[in-house]
Amino acid sequence: MSTVLPDVDERVALVWNALCAVPDPEIPAVNIVELGLIRFVKTRADGILQVGLSPTYVGCPATEVIRGSVTEALKAADIGDFEVTQVLSPAWTSDWISAEGRRKLHAYGIVPPERTVSNMRDVLRANRPVACPRCDSVDTETLSQFGSTPCKALHRCRACLEPFEYFKCI
Amino acid sequence: MSLGSPAVDVHTADAQSLFHYVLRLGDLSLVLGQRLGEWVGHSPALEEDLGVANIALDLIGQARLLLTYAGEVEGRGRDEDKLAYLREQGAYFNAILAEQPNGDFGQTIVRQVLIDAFQLELYERMTNSLDERLAAIAAKSVKEIRYHLRYSSGWLVRLGDGTEESHARVQSALELLWPYTVELFAEDDLDRLMADSGIAPRLLEVHDAWVRRIAAILTEATLQLPQDRPHAWHGKRGQHSEHLGYILAEMQYLQRAYPDARW
Repeated sequence: MSTVLPDVDERVALVWNALCAVPDPEIPAVNIVELGLIRFVKTRADGILQVGLSPTYVGCPATEVIRGSVTEALKAADIGDFEVTQVLSPAWTSDWISAEGRRKLHAYGIVPPERTVSNMRDVLRANRPVACPRCDSVDTETLSQFGSTPCKALHRCRACLEPFEYFKCI
Repeated sequence: MSLGSPAVDVHTADAQSLFHYVLRLGDLSLVLGQRLGEWVGHSPALEEDLGVANIALDLIGQARLLLTYAGEVEGRGRDEDKLAYLREQGAYFNAILAEQPNGDFGQTIVRQVLIDAFQLELYERMTNSLDERLAAIAAKSVKEIRYHLRYSSGWLVRLGDGTEESHARVQSALELLWPYTVELFAEDDLDRLMADSGIAPRLLEVHDAWVRRIAAILTEATLQLPQDRPHAWHGKRGQHSEHLGYILAEMQYLQRAYPDARW
């Protein structure tokens, strides 16, 4: 029953590859690496691989699903013993969504988040207009600050009359 | 899943005190989250259903992190579920404002503004806690709480500065709920110990910032700031109003009827 494990660097690379294949359960157009949910992949002295995973919102049910999918993906990748650790600090920020992730969100019809500014105090002030992902008009309005998932707000374009979602900056 | 061990100096704050304090924080989130959940399917509009449900979800998320931590501090093998589902009313330590009935939507919004602003001022300061675990939970939660307050204060301004009817309703909800806010800031020995140990901010400081924030929102909402009155509420010590028992009966029913049932 002896399996030959790949060397350390190769194992870490295999882990990243496997993680890139895990889609977000609510927004399958992007994977969890593009969403910036992986804090680290490292090998402990005893050879066990450690994956650090950030939750997006504390109560988001997708967090549990993602943890399960990561475990499944790593088992399937056959990289040996591993451990998935929840990382609360530093808290996940929407700034960690990669450029590719932002592009894919937009193509999927979800406006990617603005960059967080000055400790996010601006959140308590009024919204800046969000451009419609379909027609690019900035003549839009907020229908609800909370959408179908904790991370999104619901907007409507007054120009093309289509509703659309905005990934909140946090 | 491990989040590291408590970073508390047990010589200044003993584990039992920290356990009790973390439950105060976690129970406030849990009870308010459960209360807000009652609106699901009954809100004035679909958008408000989503809004209130999302806030409830965040609050339950806070409660999960806090109760998990409380259980680890206590060290008797109780996890978040055991603490949430198997504690009696007298072992819940939330301030009783959280358990007050929803009333109409305006009354729910008033309660929400009062607690969102409290949580915001408390957790912004707790990001500097010497207890690393609480600092991390605070830093994570405070980002979401800003969105909660934006939602609740936005509605309070709309209702307060709305029609005569909506103005009168939220002003009367404010008069009804204001006395319960005193308990949030009433510093007792446990609050003092946590502040002295660098675990929690001084409640007096939190109160000053809270009053300034609330006063600004009420001004915009054209509402009157009620007067503080002496109070005799001790939810933080486990003495609750008649409402908590009903909340727990509903929340705990399944685990009481079918012990250890799982999804």
